[in-house]
Amino acid sequence: MKRDKKIRVVVSKVGLDGHDRGAKVISSLLREAGMEVIYLGMYQMPSDIIKAAIDEDADVIGVSYLSGEHLIYTPQIVDEMKKANLDHVLFVAGGVIPVEDISTLKKMGVDEVFVAGSLTEPIVKFVKDNVRV
Amino acid sequence: MEAKEWALKVRRGDRKAASKLISAIENKEKIARNVLKLLFYGTGKAVSLGITGPAGVGKSCLVSCLITAFRKKGKTVGVIAVDPSSPFTGGAFLGDRVRMMSHTRDDGVYMRSMATRGYLGGLARSTLDTMRVLEAMGKQVVMVETVGTGQDEIEIAQIVQTCLLVLTPDMGDDIQAMKSGIMEIGNIIVLNKTDLPGKEKALLDLETALRFRSPAEEGWSTPIVSTSASKGEGIEELMNEIEKHQAYLRTGEGLSKFAFKRAEKEGAVLLKDEIERAIFHGLKGTGLRRRYLEKIAGGEIDPYSAVEEVLSRFIKDSPQESIRPLNQKKAGG
Repeated sequence: MKRDKKIRVVVSKVGLDGHDRGAKVISSLLREAGMEVIYLGMYQMPSDIIKAAIDEDADVIGVSYLSGEHLIYTPQIVDEMKKANLDHVLFVAGGVIPVEDISTLKKMGVDEVFVAGSLTEPIVKFVKDNVRV
Repeated sequence: MEAKEWALKVRRGDRKAASKLISAIENKEKIARNVLKLLFYGTGKAVSLGITGPAGVGKSCLVSCLITAFRKKGKTVGVIAVDPSSPFTGGAFLGDRVRMMSHTRDDGVYMRSMATRGYLGGLARSTLDTMRVLEAMGKQVVMVETVGTGQDEIEIAQIVQTCLLVLTPDMGDDIQAMKSGIMEIGNIIVLNKTDLPGKEKALLDLETALRFRSPAEEGWSTPIVSTSASKGEGIEELMNEIEKHQAYLRTGEGLSKFAFKRAEKEGAVLLKDEIERAIFHGLKGTGLRRRYLEKIAGGEIDPYSAVEEVLSRFIKDSPQESIRPLNQKKAGG
């Protein structure tokens, strides 16, 4: 890793999901781990998240789901990432996600899923170990 | 990718090429400078705007309104939004984009969030270079939003043509308005959040304070514009004032004076960077840096003499000998 390289993470909510506490907690956590977190806020569409990730040269996209729409939006986000040739970008999902959906999400193309109750250290470690910079 | 190809891609407006270049600049990769050398020519003509003021006065919201207004006029827009890095962890929470997301879908707009990474003065070290990248990719208006400022972060005024100082009705009393520093750098003062109480008193304090300031620019008297960015009020008037200031710069020697001022600033920053780089490169692995610091901390050597010693060790030519007029050849060479 180059000396001055910082990990840049785009954190977003997607769709009609008004619960942003989790996304903010994760953002603070990654910030404390020395990363640059670009927070997009609520009510974003998959295409908006991807466009922001391009402009911001994000290494990681983190999406927080708390409204049960993870199986609907995840394929759309993965699709947009493919269209934009963002295969090198890590895609991490989190939030209130039933454990039985984790393997489905991974098959769809999510690199890792952290459900509610996840400890902070493994999240930071996963990002640092897997980011492709 | 080669510098030439990279520069070409940026000039064609390739977002990814521009975005990667900005990261390379921020990460101080060597190739970035070679690309910037190529991009320099032909830039410096875009309209540049600075938006500064204390934290939470509505700068991002105002930028969003201005993007809309410039887009309506058919102008393409580049935005750099600076937020602070932690001096302890190096991390940053960049939240300006939240207020500007409505422009994400617009291909005529490029927005970049930028952390200060230890650079003081309300900007990031890479801000000026990034302005050049945005212009090279074809953006006609380049806006820079500073970090939330206190009283003394005035660097923005040196790198943008038109600087907006944003305040709110609860900015403090007339004593605050009378202070030097940030109060002097607005070519236009924007009183935002005028839906809050206290607007009339704040306007009076600002007007009174301005009356006793000698004008920073001859022939330009700083206007005060009231806005409520969240409601989109006052934006038209603000756009008029921005255009007036731009017209003012274009009529006299304003723009060339500004270009000189910016070159002066940039030259100084680059020179300082290079000297630092040369010295740190020279000290690397020698253990000298630590020994000097320990000696200073232990009271064995004063910091002034230590710095002089380091300088004479790594900068061989004394400046007097090495500086020649630009176009004059070395005697006999």
